[in-house]
Amino acid sequence: MSQLIQLQANGQARVVEDTWTRVIPPAAADAAVRKQAGKVVLFKLTGEASFTEEQLAQTHIPPTGNILVPLAVWQAHKATLQPRLAAGEIGIVLATHETVEALQAEFADLNQLPLIAIFVERFSDGRIFTLGHWLRSRCGFKNELRAIGDVLRDQLFFHKRAGFNSFLIRADRSAEAALSGLNDFSQPYQGAVDDVPVWRRLNRSQA
Amino acid sequence: MYKYDPIDQQLINERVAQYRDQTRRFLAGELSDDEFRPLRLQNGLYIQRHAPMLRIAVPYGLLSSKQLRKLADIATRYDRGYGHFSTRQNMQLNWPKLEDTPEILAELATVEMHAIQTSGNCIRNITTDQFAGIAPDEIIDPRAIAEIMRQWSTFHPEFALLPRKFKIAVSGTEQDRAIVQAHDIGLEFYLDAHGQMAIKVWVGGGLGRTPILGTVIREHLEWQHVLSYCEAIIRVYNVHGRRDNIYKARIKILVKALGIDEFKRQVEAEWAHLKDGPLTITQAELDRVAHYFEPMPYQTLPAHDASFDAALASNPAFAAWVKRCVHAHRVPGYRAVTLSLKPHGKAPGDITSEQMHVVADLADAYSFGELRSSHEQNLILADVRLSDLFAVWEKARAAGLATPNIGLLTDIICCPGGDFCSLANAKSIPIAEAIQRQFDNLDYLYDIGELELNISGCMNACGHHHVGHIGILGVDKDGSEWYQVTIGGKQGKDASIGTVIGPSFSAEEMPGVVQRLIEVYVRERQDEERFIDTVRRIGIAPFKAHVYAEQEVVS
Repeated sequence: MSQLIQLQANGQARVVEDTWTRVIPPAAADAAVRKQAGKVVLFKLTGEASFTEEQLAQTHIPPTGNILVPLAVWQAHKATLQPRLAAGEIGIVLATHETVEALQAEFADLNQLPLIAIFVERFSDGRIFTLGHWLRSRCGFKNELRAIGDVLRDQLFFHKRAGFNSFLIRADRSAEAALSGLNDFSQPYQGAVDDVPVWRRLNRSQA
Repeated sequence: MYKYDPIDQQLINERVAQYRDQTRRFLAGELSDDEFRPLRLQNGLYIQRHAPMLRIAVPYGLLSSKQLRKLADIATRYDRGYGHFSTRQNMQLNWPKLEDTPEILAELATVEMHAIQTSGNCIRNITTDQFAGIAPDEIIDPRAIAEIMRQWSTFHPEFALLPRKFKIAVSGTEQDRAIVQAHDIGLEFYLDAHGQMAIKVWVGGGLGRTPILGTVIREHLEWQHVLSYCEAIIRVYNVHGRRDNIYKARIKILVKALGIDEFKRQVEAEWAHLKDGPLTITQAELDRVAHYFEPMPYQTLPAHDASFDAALASNPAFAAWVKRCVHAHRVPGYRAVTLSLKPHGKAPGDITSEQMHVVADLADAYSFGELRSSHEQNLILADVRLSDLFAVWEKARAAGLATPNIGLLTDIICCPGGDFCSLANAKSIPIAEAIQRQFDNLDYLYDIGELELNISGCMNACGHHHVGHIGILGVDKDGSEWYQVTIGGKQGKDASIGTVIGPSFSAEEMPGVVQRLIEVYVRERQDEERFIDTVRRIGIAPFKAHVYAEQEVVS
């Protein structure tokens, strides 16, 4: 059963097959547990490095097909991956602590990429929403924007309004059941990447 | 006050359905504790020591009598017949059952109420001056903008999971009564040189573990841009606020780390993309919302009332109440009344269901059916005729709501503390009660005069201890409860953070410590000086010397 929900052009969402293969670097050799104020650090700060050089060097990249690669992997292997970019086989994964600027520095035109995915390690990391917002509104990214990682039904409505149009639901949850999360509210108050505030959307003058 | 249209009502109804399903899935084991936590918190539900605690939103402290009656009925049916008003002007129920909370929210929705974003790492209830709209020193009534901001912040898709909680206060008066400088964003409304409504924007204030007063990020913001400017601030914070350490996650730490100049540069760069976009508030939308906050249909009354003057002259108890609990009003012949939720020896801010019904009846009979809650944890009838004050007093007194102590030492701001809250290091309510008993002599209280005493049971500072003239903080030392004392804190435009006077005290010592602080004040004060003025003039040293001198003699 596929875990991927896709919003169709008509606004309907459905569960579809995932045609992209994720490229994931091997685990770091010395994955030390970081602590702050006695608690395990759950989130990387914006701007922190994602992988070691060793991890990047040892990353296995499938030779054919559509591949979804972390930005750092692209940076380390772009000489060999460049032709596949032209062929439309490259999608990029940005983690929530990485920046849109770093992505733009690699791709003058983001719309060369058929797919950008934002990886959220923990669902409670709300940076994913701002990254989605920026990619749609500031960078003019028009292709598929996918939320991956700890993606759960109860955040889907926010993901959608922040510009995401596909959602890879966490493996242990049902994508079919998550579909309803996209329609929790029918008339939100605020604007969103493709919407205006409700007072511009509807006539709210008093009866 | 604001009335829901079908759009507001549908949104609230959909929220109830969403939360009902989330609770069902949690109880069925389909959602883990970690997954359910932010969902229930953003519906105001904490898991506490004895039971869950449900925090119900009272947007900018405004309530109708109908809503208060509903709160009374909910407290009776689902709780133990009382509620607690918090320092964010909200109501907390201490004993609901988790399984009942969806039904409670459904009941609230029938009177246009909810518990949305009263907790969690999101934009919280927006607070303001309890005298908004009627205060003589008010320049701008900020409630229409507060309501527009309430709607903008409700389920904001981008700011649902911020690094930490985010609190906004608005105020449009000469004397700030909303502690705007102690908020993540404080909006101070004023009229600019062109007579237009404008906003001075403060950022990065907050109490808690690291108390910091806010810094002005923009002196002049046209009101049309308040949403886009706040959105720019919170966007920068959402991306760069520290998520690696809960104690350093508030925006104040980011502002301090970057410096206000760099933070402002980033905010203004972001704002440049948003300014004049769809977030720009239109005159039509402001007018639509402001319509709900138009002045009440006041009668034309003389500035004086003979029956009131006569009662004042002949009844000292009434006169004492008027002096402390009745406040000036911008309309001749009207006054605002504070109903004290601080009777001596009771938990500050608590109110029984019976009292709620009394207050609702008073609001209907004497104050256009509306009331307000204050961050000092009292209730206000904002529009009472002079000629009705005596009747209000008699009824309030019969219900235990007329303790004439507003603004005095026993009008204590106090969090629920260790009796209820699982975050607390120490109990706070018994300390408040002990101090109230120590100073249970009204003549003495009046002699001491205006004094704000604030108590928090932990450094999260829900009791605003940092801005109390006397602040008391519960701390944990080797598993036992101790209390640290600060003096010199103050709310208002000349806000300040209190200074710790020295090592902490046991619970039993606290009434005596406050007593000794008062002794120094009474000895040192000049003319009409208030406690806070004396502290500011002579510093903390004489207070410290007197408080600790006796201890050294004993030991």
